Amino acid sequence: MANLATDFIGIRSPNPFWLASAPPTDKEYNVRRAYEAGWGGVVWKTLGTDPPVVNVNGPRYGVMYAGDRQVMALNNIELITDRPLDVNLREIKAVKRDWPDRALVISLMVPCDEESWKEILHRIEDTGADGVELNFGCPHGMAERGMGSAVGQVPEYIEMVTRWVKQHSRMPCIVKLTPNVTDIRPAAEAARRGGADAVSLINTVNSITGVNLDTFSPEPSIDGKGTHGGLCGPAVKPIALHMVAEIARNPATVGLPISGIGGVTTWRDAAEFLALGAGNVQACTVAMTYGFKVVQELISGLSQYLDEKGIDSVGDLVGRATPNVTDWQYLNLNYVTKAVIDQDLCIKCGRCYAACEDTSHQAISMSADRVFEVMDDECVACNICVNVCPVEDCITMVELEKGTVDPRTGLVVGDYANWTTHPNNPSAREAAE
Amino acid sequence: MSSHRTPGIAAGRLPDQTLAQNFADYPPPLDAHEAAVAADRCYFCHDAPCITACPTEIDIPMFIRQISTGTADAAAMTIWDQNILGGMCARVCPVEQLCEGACVREAAEGKPVEIGRLQRYATDHAMDRGQPYTRAAPTGHRIAVVGAGPSGLAAAHRLARHGHDVTIFDARPKAGGLNEYGIATYKTTQDFARREVEWLLDIGGITVEAGKALGRDISLDGLRADFDAVFLGMGLAGVNALRASGEAHEGVMDAVDFIAALRQAPDRAQVAIGRDVVVIGGGMTAVDAAVQARLLGAENVTMVYRRSRDRMSASQHEQDHATTTGVKIITNAMPKAVHGNGQVSEIEFEYTAEGPDGLRGTGETFSLRADQVFKAIGQMIEGVPEGLRLEGGKIVVDDNRRTSLPGVWAGGDCATGGEDLTVTAVAHGRDAAEDIHRMLAARAG
Repeated sequence: MANLATDFIGIRSPNPFWLASAPPTDKEYNVRRAYEAGWGGVVWKTLGTDPPVVNVNGPRYGVMYAGDRQVMALNNIELITDRPLDVNLREIKAVKRDWPDRALVISLMVPCDEESWKEILHRIEDTGADGVELNFGCPHGMAERGMGSAVGQVPEYIEMVTRWVKQHSRMPCIVKLTPNVTDIRPAAEAARRGGADAVSLINTVNSITGVNLDTFSPEPSIDGKGTHGGLCGPAVKPIALHMVAEIARNPATVGLPISGIGGVTTWRDAAEFLALGAGNVQACTVAMTYGFKVVQELISGLSQYLDEKGIDSVGDLVGRATPNVTDWQYLNLNYVTKAVIDQDLCIKCGRCYAACEDTSHQAISMSADRVFEVMDDECVACNICVNVCPVEDCITMVELEKGTVDPRTGLVVGDYANWTTHPNNPSAREAAE
Repeated sequence: MSSHRTPGIAAGRLPDQTLAQNFADYPPPLDAHEAAVAADRCYFCHDAPCITACPTEIDIPMFIRQISTGTADAAAMTIWDQNILGGMCARVCPVEQLCEGACVREAAEGKPVEIGRLQRYATDHAMDRGQPYTRAAPTGHRIAVVGAGPSGLAAAHRLARHGHDVTIFDARPKAGGLNEYGIATYKTTQDFARREVEWLLDIGGITVEAGKALGRDISLDGLRADFDAVFLGMGLAGVNALRASGEAHEGVMDAVDFIAALRQAPDRAQVAIGRDVVVIGGGMTAVDAAVQARLLGAENVTMVYRRSRDRMSASQHEQDHATTTGVKIITNAMPKAVHGNGQVSEIEFEYTAEGPDGLRGTGETFSLRADQVFKAIGQMIEGVPEGLRLEGGKIVVDDNRRTSLPGVWAGGDCATGGEDLTVTAVAHGRDAAEDIHRMLAARAG
């Protein structure tokens, strides 16, 4: 069986599944139960300075559902830990003592001055924790006080604080990044310049999950008012994957270890993060939806996958997809595919037809007896029919072989060629002249 | 008190509590959570097969989407725009042969979206809010509708919406037709048929003349003279004969009469039922009679059908319901003779075989004990007025549901076109009403 053990910046854990800094890791009771359930590590919920913050006493989570009330995303307006620092430190020490083989990283967020950071790093020194994670990500509540994403949105601050941490602590240091920026790369570059051992991302995405149409209050509603909160869960995974990939392939940050976070719900999600370059993953919403036990599916699924692929360890999976992330201009314009509908699998719902006919390229025909067929001379291979089909693998995209004629364009499928040399590209024309 | 084993025909075979359970709503209504879960399964198909399969062409994916987005009242309007008796159809339609049978999830998983129950969810909710339609400005036109069953009611409501004045004549004391008299009690509990008729009539402009039978109290010629148009929807009043000797024995009766009597009974414990009951026929009426005989406490109920199981017009779902209720189904057997001494005691059958020249007896016979024999071998039209062209025992109509007589339209079971179903009758009535309206508008213009 594949070896799921990981060594992430010197922090060992029996599997790559850590619980992210969040409500599930707020106290000893939860963390012990998480370890018992099989989680490889936890990032303890963010510690701050005393006196602790206070939370709202109304709802602190909002939700976004798919059909059948499937949780697609949670939004929270909870702050960092609202328990006294010494209580947290005592518990961390006790848990780590009993679970030496599990990773335990402490998330930190204190005001943006060197003394505050020096002080908290000193306080956590003898907990036995494996490392620290700098919370530069929370987009709500703390950001307005000059912490969290207020730091993460300014690369200079990231670099400065990271440098302080590395200067005042020998612990491995992970910098947690906010996705609430237009480009994630400068933040990661700043973390590296400051001496970070790794980055973790994404923290939550700024959001309002809904509006109550009776009271006209944003959700979650606190006495008729609402505020933006941080979104997490399956819905944010695509944003997270993109940002992880950007850091993994950015020449300025290549090789910088990444802890992947954002909507990890199944082993498959985790494997995707790993393939794009994350050295491990952190999860939260899946546990908040289903409880800690769900980690057993993550473990068994990843094991089976690695075995089936003949991959010996998690480390061997990391980054396998990274080289295949490229810029649009380098995509092969001579890669021609056509949608093919498997008539045996087709249940004749016609969603492919509606999507193609109304919103795409009118490339699917429908007969009186509901047989749906792709017209190759119209199909641009947009893939929307595949996306909306309720039956997996009923519609697939099949590549036209090199040398064949694309019935839509009348052109012979040729060798690799991209936009940079395409005659319609003004820059390519200039270069040729 | 009597029991399953009390000989002969007896009332009160079951305790009141058991009877109440037996005749409770079946299948029960969906609650809000169940409806949400069921609605989430709909794929919102393009040009959906379920719509095509519905004789009234309700936009099913749209009304289910409206349920799933929390607007059941809007869903009900989507249903009623096409089928004003959508509430009853949700209860009595053989959905597994119509919309649910066509559902792509039936193809995908063998488990269709529960369209019928979702339709009931929407219409039940919205019916509590009263009649949602209003009448157009009065046109002064008067239309006679014969028969207050599904086709007549659908025609009347549509005509009333268009501003016409409608008079419905019905031979029975209550309006509703088969909805009121012909459907199993457990399918339409809490007096739903009556409530639906009252709700429908709330649109105004419709007068019901109960106890007026065509050919007895009113004549087609008279209606044609007094009204601007006539719609005939009087159904099939006659019942086919067994063509077996001894049919006149006491205890041999029409299944529709048994079903009607049970529906109208103020106390089911007072409805007498045989210990041994034989139902002859293979349709929904046969199933309704057989199942209810069991529910009343008959010890042995046997349905006998002359052809094979797959030829039965009762759906598989109905057949399964019958057998689950404890009804024994015998196929390929036809009645030969009813025996008894005044009162039926036994019925003799002959096995049948399908040959090149049709069905024939094999000569092999068997007998069943019977205190009661219910005939459910189809109904026929009775008392057709002069001048109407008939074909296969039905009034012939064209695509617009016009009969061979000018100014006379027909629909429902008495006329040609489609199966003898409530939902088909509603479509007929609705379409005839639209054609009558077009005709009157053209004449006025």
